[in-house]
Amino acid sequence: MDYIDKARSWLDARLPVSEAREFAAKKTVPVHRYTVLYYLGGMTLFFFIVQVVTGILLMLYYRPSAEEAFESVEFLMTTVPFGWLIRSVHSWSANLMVFFAFVHLATVYFTKAYRKPREVTWITGCLLLFLAMGFGFSGYLLPWNQLAFFATKVGTDIAGAVPLVGEWTLRFLRGGERVTGGTLSRFYGWHVAILPAVTVVLLGAHLLLVQIQGMSVPPKQEEEASRRRPMKFFPNFALRDLFGWVLALGVLAAIAALFPWELGEKADPFAPAFKDIRPEWYFMFMFETLKLVPGGEILGIEYEAIPILFFSLAGLLLMLVPFLDLKVNRTGDSPLFTWIGVLALVYIVGMTAWGYRSLVPVYIVLLTGVVMAVLGYGTRRVPRRESK
Amino acid sequence: MENEIQDTSRRRFLNWFLGTSSGALLASIFYPVLRFISPPEVPEASTNQVEAGATNDPELLENGYKIIRFGVEPVILVRVADSDFRAFAGTCTHLDCIVEFQKDKKRLWCNCHNGEYNLHGQQVAGPPPKPLEPFQVDLVYKGAGEPQSIVVSRA
Repeated sequence: MDYIDKARSWLDARLPVSEAREFAAKKTVPVHRYTVLYYLGGMTLFFFIVQVVTGILLMLYYRPSAEEAFESVEFLMTTVPFGWLIRSVHSWSANLMVFFAFVHLATVYFTKAYRKPREVTWITGCLLLFLAMGFGFSGYLLPWNQLAFFATKVGTDIAGAVPLVGEWTLRFLRGGERVTGGTLSRFYGWHVAILPAVTVVLLGAHLLLVQIQGMSVPPKQEEEASRRRPMKFFPNFALRDLFGWVLALGVLAAIAALFPWELGEKADPFAPAFKDIRPEWYFMFMFETLKLVPGGEILGIEYEAIPILFFSLAGLLLMLVPFLDLKVNRTGDSPLFTWIGVLALVYIVGMTAWGYRSLVPVYIVLLTGVVMAVLGYGTRRVPRRESK
Repeated sequence: MENEIQDTSRRRFLNWFLGTSSGALLASIFYPVLRFISPPEVPEASTNQVEAGATNDPELLENGYKIIRFGVEPVILVRVADSDFRAFAGTCTHLDCIVEFQKDKKRLWCNCHNGEYNLHGQQVAGPPPKPLEPFQVDLVYKGAGEPQSIVVSRA
């Protein structure tokens, strides 16, 4: 104990350790019927940490070139002990991370947590979601298999349809006219260096802002939250968070082991594309929208460019929501934005389901809602019984 | 009093239970990771014999030696005299650098740390701890008027 005290005073003389401890001891989390939603950001963060760890491990064996990429992944999956598991965990965790980022975004949106003073937290969160999609898109190509090759051809070709900047963007993304080994090197650079560097900065800002500003209470729950005693962050909330993470790790390990991620066939630029060339599920609603657009052009703009511009604009508007929704700051509610959100959600889920010709996406969204409700009920704070 | 004893033992059980499960959890993470980072054994095709070219190879005539690929290992082939060829493992026994033959000084030399071997592969000066492993050299007759072919094999 003496040594711990000495170490503490040594650190204290150099860093504001006591202040941090005091802050942590005083930190509380508001309690109301939607408290369970506060765990979603942490869950996304957990899968991000898994991505960092497994991604670094994969780098030990992966070789980013058209000649060796597929073979190195094949070697990793067949010869390296637990290589198949590490890769499967990386792929599954990537999808779960994006999924939780979407759920986190949706719940923050519908509980209006973006309102003053959390505008910057919201913007960094949106940017982090776009980065996650960039990670997904660049990582998809790295195994250099048929599916990845054609999905990347299609994905980068879409960017080429944008007026004015399209051609430059396409060349910039591909590192040339075509999808080649050069594209692979480029995507690898984005995936393991550029995107992680930007993510670290934005994630740092996002988490710091959350710490400084604390959790947002939805306007309609303010009365309830003021009636109920807030939960201490340490240990009550942190332990619940940890419990969720252990559970998530268990589920992730089980899925990764039972449904190992496939490798497919090596990319062949001279083979016909097979059926079911499709992007990751989170691009599906945009991909499906593009499929509905007929060929042709108007005023020198390809029809194809219209939905692309629309989605770009939608992304921009999403980031600007805190500055557009001024009513919520005045009155505590903004039904218009709630309805826009509902419409967007219905469109995204509907188009995803249409893209897969399956109702599974709808079931997943409904199931998520039910699970959150059950967890919310299960982790609600039971008032302590009066001692006799 | 009895209640207190019960409480301690329950607490001890819970602590033991928590500790064991945390340990099991950590082990189930670190075991695969440790196995993963240790590189798997990849069998290398074993080479027993390599044809190293003709006796009048210009590189051999000019430098007096050349490094040949013996499977995945480098082997140094030295032309000591017209029909006296010798071959040794090309890797210095000190710290893994590739040795060269110095024609004027008639010695095998490693530039990394000035290791010196004689023409039998024995270490003469500098840090090398062991002699270079010798390889067998045979000259094969290829036909009238044709230069002989040099064949290097494991001794």
